[in-house]
Amino acid sequence: MTPPQRKRRSPREEPSPQPQPAPQEGGAGNDATDGTQGKDGKPSNPERLFVIGEVDGDRAELDLVTLIVARAEPKPSTSPEQAAVLRLCAAPLSVAELSAYLSLPFSVITVLLTEMLTAELVQARAPVVRQALPDRSILEAVMHGLQKL
Amino acid sequence: MDFKSSDTVPGPRTEDHLPHTAQAAVKIVIVGGFGVGKTTMVGSVSEIKPLTTEETMTQAGVGVDDDYGSDSKTATTVAMDFGRISITDQLVLYLFGTPGQERFWFLWNGLFEGALGAVVLVDTRRLEVSFDVMGRLEECGVPFVVAVNTFPDGPRYPIPELRTALDLSEEIPILECDARRRASSKEVLMTLMRFLHSLAMTGQLT
Repeated sequence: MTPPQRKRRSPREEPSPQPQPAPQEGGAGNDATDGTQGKDGKPSNPERLFVIGEVDGDRAELDLVTLIVARAEPKPSTSPEQAAVLRLCAAPLSVAELSAYLSLPFSVITVLLTEMLTAELVQARAPVVRQALPDRSILEAVMHGLQKL
Repeated sequence: MDFKSSDTVPGPRTEDHLPHTAQAAVKIVIVGGFGVGKTTMVGSVSEIKPLTTEETMTQAGVGVDDDYGSDSKTATTVAMDFGRISITDQLVLYLFGTPGQERFWFLWNGLFEGALGAVVLVDTRRLEVSFDVMGRLEECGVPFVVAVNTFPDGPRYPIPELRTALDLSEEIPILECDARRRASSKEVLMTLMRFLHSLAMTGQLT
């Protein structure tokens, strides 16, 4: 039996940025769910509403793995969302984990965190990205860490 | 508003807290089609129970979007499961399992760009779903290895045959794995790291 053959795409073909309506993928995986239609076509959850902060314009440069650390204790005047972030970030926590624990989409978390970074309520520790690798030491550290698993 | 009261928001268990010395994080992306075992692989090596982060796409979020249905309130949610491995007191590794369909990738701007590398997890029963992913990774210049998650009822192809079918050059590692087993998933990650290291040694890592 021969496996199906991959055909390379023409160089620099731009992927379509247009999302297609989420198909109903049978069985495994919940990667895509439609926000307004349940599996059987009945309406499910209403559209979600999110708190939008006062930040207007640019968002902070945040990656899913930027580590966030609280710089202050929640005050009585702190909004519930901000207080939750401050509690969660008493120890360093990635933006992805914040998003997961608070059940807020990544884009909403970045708005919230931009506001909190501006107010100096939290500190952000930037990720090490591939382009900025100073040398092989990071790769070697990761290999060493994985070996210990 | 479905935000939970801040007092009731579940957080990491005490034993899951990162040390205060944690300074930086790196990420590896595991891409593959539905049901190929991404979350299984993440879970088999993660020190925390895999978590899920979401991104929501609404009409407002993508600008002009004429062909996106007629219901103006339609929103698509894409979920991504991830796990974590503490490397040292300063360094943390995150593993993201992300859907292979290209139409969702724009939601995760920056996900691949900053990643150390990627694991393309393939299922020989549906080899073709990984084709687009590999094309995209090549275009983005993200180094990757191919891990074949072996399912009992899936066809088994010799690696050279797979390499030819996937049109991959000799240096790109292809290996079989069992994503349920920690040792096997760890070997996949080690293979990726050794590959990245060899690229760095020869100055090919940009």
